[in-house]
Amino acid sequence: MKKEDVLSLLVLVLLFVLFPLLSNSSYTLTIGIFAGINSLVAIGLCILMGYAGQVSLGQAGFYGIGAYVSSILSLHAGLPVILSAVCGMIVAAFAAVILAVPALRLKGHYLAVATLGFGEIIYIILNEWGPGGPSGFGDIPHVSVLGYTLVSTEEYFYLIWVLVTAVMFFSINLIKSRTGRALRAIHDSELACNAMGLNVTAIKIKVFILSAVYASLAGSLYAHYVTFISPSSFSLFYSILVLMMVIVGGITNLWGAIIGAVVITVLPELLRKFEELDVLVYGLILTLTLMFFRKGLVPLIAEKLKKFRGPAVAEH
Amino acid sequence: MNDWGDDSIPPILFREYHNLLTVFLQFLFSGLTVGAVYALVGIGFNITYNATSIINLAQGEFVVIGGLMMWFFYISLKLPFFVSVALTIFTAGVVGLLMERLTIKPLKNPDLLLMIMITIAVSIVLRGILMFSFGKEPYVYPAFTEGEPLNISGAIIQQQALWVVGITGFCIVLLFLFFKKTMMGKAMLACAVNPTAAKLVGINVSQMVMLSFILSAIVGAIGGMAITPISLMEYDKGPMLAVKGFCAAIMGGLGSNRGAVLGGFIIGVLESMTAGYLHSGSKDAVALVILLMILFFKPSGLFVSKTMLQLRKF
Repeated sequence: MKKEDVLSLLVLVLLFVLFPLLSNSSYTLTIGIFAGINSLVAIGLCILMGYAGQVSLGQAGFYGIGAYVSSILSLHAGLPVILSAVCGMIVAAFAAVILAVPALRLKGHYLAVATLGFGEIIYIILNEWGPGGPSGFGDIPHVSVLGYTLVSTEEYFYLIWVLVTAVMFFSINLIKSRTGRALRAIHDSELACNAMGLNVTAIKIKVFILSAVYASLAGSLYAHYVTFISPSSFSLFYSILVLMMVIVGGITNLWGAIIGAVVITVLPELLRKFEELDVLVYGLILTLTLMFFRKGLVPLIAEKLKKFRGPAVAEH
Repeated sequence: MNDWGDDSIPPILFREYHNLLTVFLQFLFSGLTVGAVYALVGIGFNITYNATSIINLAQGEFVVIGGLMMWFFYISLKLPFFVSVALTIFTAGVVGLLMERLTIKPLKNPDLLLMIMITIAVSIVLRGILMFSFGKEPYVYPAFTEGEPLNISGAIIQQQALWVVGITGFCIVLLFLFFKKTMMGKAMLACAVNPTAAKLVGINVSQMVMLSFILSAIVGAIGGMAITPISLMEYDKGPMLAVKGFCAAIMGGLGSNRGAVLGGFIIGVLESMTAGYLHSGSKDAVALVILLMILFFKPSGLFVSKTMLQLRKF
């Protein structure tokens, strides 16, 4: 790990430890929790898109699998929440393999539409065969660790951001590892990678599974925190939101996923008074970001910081 | 002697057989009707894909614009029918034009990922505008012609369904003539085959790209105008229409209009049979499962010749 990454992780920990102390309203904490949950999904998609160069418009499907499997198992089979969340991740991983093996042979538009189709199929299944159908179900048990049940918003806030930090730590290490270098190489030229003896398909499938597992974990956390779920939270719109988080934050940097997730989660709260216009504003932000800040917020901020430090600093 | 008291064919059985046929025909006709709209959406995809190699994922929104704007001109403003149709087509064309000029053209050497995302972003913007101006409720207006529905051995065909299929056929013929007979259509095809060569022989490629967006928007809107009296229209129908239209397009092999028409009808009929015989809720899943199957096993489409295949990239 580079010094910068260690520093960034420390800043992240500091921020989330201090946050509940600085703001004691449960409203801001709740938004913080959702930002954390969304960050988990966004980090997964960021690795997939920014590093492996693969699009996915089906993350809501994995997110939904995590939420539903975990809730159903803990509610009806009486499994401990942690175990049922792990089961959710396993199911999501299986779904990812089934989707990835044929889908990753596809490129660009075809892959985008295939993953979109997968997400929508999961959504239809949840609607038609999920408990409670389109209206969903409640009474999902809270997270409990070693007999201690988490109830308060603050506890959830810490739990979720500790997990985000852990996932981030793991992901940064992954990116810096041999696999990470292979990923970036795939992004640049698949042909060259094949020629160098890399098993491109296997690596891509692994990353796909990883992104599904992150999304599933986030889905479980969402379900056990809110204790009520319905299919509408796992529709195509969520997949697009996650896509937007990754793009707004900056596709080439993992930190961008977190920053994007926070921005996109907080934004609708700020736009509350334009209730009806929120979809339009989302769309405009996405369009404008794509057109004018193709690299997202993080490189933009980094550039500003560099200028601030003085023009003499040249990295390469 | 049997249970019914005589030796003739029990009438109940005949009636049941008759009912089975009627029900089957009914599903078939409603499937062909929606299939026609999927075909139009698929053709819309083809037009932009052929000229630019972009899959415009906002294609479904054009259909919604067609239905809702027609309602606005025809019912809300109470304009005469043909004026409303003309204005709706005009509006859709302007939307297509604005989309291309504002978001596609300004991009400097974009990659595929960016292209996909930008058309998704535009579709969200369009959906946002539609939701803001029309709200979330479904809209409907009367069929184009009043009159008794047709009755084919018990199955009912609404007159509007004939309009939908007829208009689709008309559009296909017009497009065929446009691409085969007119200078502009041939120029567009040339851009698709080789933009650089097209430029060298003096074709304005940028103009042709713009035209392809206008044309695909109009084709989509026409489908929307025709289907709204039957299936209603609301602001968020776009993505599903786009997925099914895309499914129709790739089933027939992306770029082939004949294939898209065939694909559209197949998907429409399968969907309506599933809804009727199996489970109404899984109707949408059918198109999606077909889509995934084709993508996974035969992304070149089901009805494509080998030479066509060599020209395509997946």
